[in-house]
Amino acid sequence: MSLILDHVNYIYGGDTALAVHALKDVNLVIPDGQFIGLIGHTGSGKSTLVQHLNGLIKPTSGSIYYNGEDIHAEDYDKKKLRSKVGLVFQYPEHQLFEIDVFKDVCFGPKNLGLSKQETELRAYAALKQVGIEDQYFYQSPFDLSGGQKRRVAIAGVLAMKPEILILDEPTAGLDPKGRDEILDQIAQLKEETGITVILVSHSMEDVAKYVERIIVMNRGSVLYDDAPREVFQHYQELEQVGLAAPQVTYIMQALAARGIPVRTDVTTIEEARQEICSCSKFLRN
Amino acid sequence: MGIIKTDKLVFEYIRRDEEGNVEGITRAVDEVDLDVKQGDFIAILGHNGSGKSTLAKHINAILYPTEGTVWVDGMDTQDESKLWNIRQEAGMVFQNPDNQIIGQVVEEDVGFGPENMGVPTKEIWERVEESLKAVGMYEYRKHSPNKLSGGQKQRVSIAGVIAMHPKCIVLDEPTAMLDPNGRKEVIRAVRALNDVEGITVILITHYMEEIIHADMVYVMDKGHVAMEGTPREIFSRVEELKDLRLDVPQVTLLAYELQQSGMDLPDGILTIKELTEALAAKYKGI
Repeated sequence: MSLILDHVNYIYGGDTALAVHALKDVNLVIPDGQFIGLIGHTGSGKSTLVQHLNGLIKPTSGSIYYNGEDIHAEDYDKKKLRSKVGLVFQYPEHQLFEIDVFKDVCFGPKNLGLSKQETELRAYAALKQVGIEDQYFYQSPFDLSGGQKRRVAIAGVLAMKPEILILDEPTAGLDPKGRDEILDQIAQLKEETGITVILVSHSMEDVAKYVERIIVMNRGSVLYDDAPREVFQHYQELEQVGLAAPQVTYIMQALAARGIPVRTDVTTIEEARQEICSCSKFLRN
Repeated sequence: MGIIKTDKLVFEYIRRDEEGNVEGITRAVDEVDLDVKQGDFIAILGHNGSGKSTLAKHINAILYPTEGTVWVDGMDTQDESKLWNIRQEAGMVFQNPDNQIIGQVVEEDVGFGPENMGVPTKEIWERVEESLKAVGMYEYRKHSPNKLSGGQKQRVSIAGVIAMHPKCIVLDEPTAMLDPNGRKEVIRAVRALNDVEGITVILITHYMEEIIHADMVYVMDKGHVAMEGTPREIFSRVEELKDLRLDVPQVTLLAYELQQSGMDLPDGILTIKELTEALAAKYKGI
């Protein structure tokens, strides 16, 4: 049970003078239950890549297999694929449209042809999963705060019961607490349901804190595909492609450069705190 | 009086239902007193819905106060005869670069502002050149804005504002949609405008590490100013900021966590260098 990309290439405007080779020979295996971070500078091919994962874009060459089946085979049921691979676009709250929150979340499962009862059960569960209280269910989605709207929009995708959830910058424009709330809820959801999560993000700190694997895109190719600890060791190369390591990694590098023997492959505040505290040569006072 | 001054500024808007009946009144800005000196770099923090953007829109007369007064360089923003002077002196840059660019060519876009002010053609070109140089985008002057990265587009937007020779520039989350490099480019350009050109900057952001060099930080909550001080003073108050749904830079948070673990470090560490120095001083091996 997994998603496999085999030698995927994608060219925009292939038969014109403005052809852009947006994906170059991308090979990836996305097994069940991973929490993956997808990073890369603007225009590196992240969004093109995620649109391939649920068949919105067909590769120019190469194949994509979901659970062993080629998703671009003639008799493949794309509609089912799209319920299994849920894509939450950037600023998903712009896609809210119904007269109340509950109806909006029902829209997806209703269109899958499910019974009214099943649809409503799923909508209820999805809203609970993103932490929307009952009191908001019958309010207009447009009266909610930015963070709440975004969570309702994510619930709309969760109600389809996807096996893979892809979120394109789910925290853009939110305040720090709002960012933490959304990401904590997604992490909890992943723990509880075992769903695969792919998080597209420009925040290295967030990626370092939550994911177990990072895929770095650069100019349409996969530059790194590894655990955060390993990827952020290449902070100089990351800077060259418009990215960075979390600030705490730079702190550890700076300490090491001053001759203090701390590990430099640290990517979160908690790890850094433990590492510095356990360095017994520090005076406590 | 400073370049921007507000006196007991209040902004209320009326919420209406679908039929247009009044549902209630929301006070988005609640008795805010600001006094910004010419040449200062001011940061405004606050959670979503705290009133930051509403406050910012008063500074170039997009919104008018319900109560109280806003002065821009001594001009009351409610004085209609001064409207164009106010908008020329206080420029504004928004979150999404794609919503702010109208030209087909970078230099044309930057020239739009001064052209509308009736600046002579020769001077427009001079202003376009100096503005693009100020944000480091001069070599892209003949490019199409569509082909630029987010950070580059945002710098073109900023150049478009400074071509109008404002005394003050208000940036409302200019880096929210950018990748790490784009964020760095924009913040570097903004700091240069402040340091080199002496333009007063008011920066609204959710990224705490962008404002460690600010002269003054205001933290908004429920429409009023909940905290004010230098970055060092503000970021020393980690718990209070967290209660206001905000955060501190990672380096400040690490220093705070180390303090909580019993290590004796100074409050309000803001840079990697400061933390490294403080820890190196404690290291017995040296």
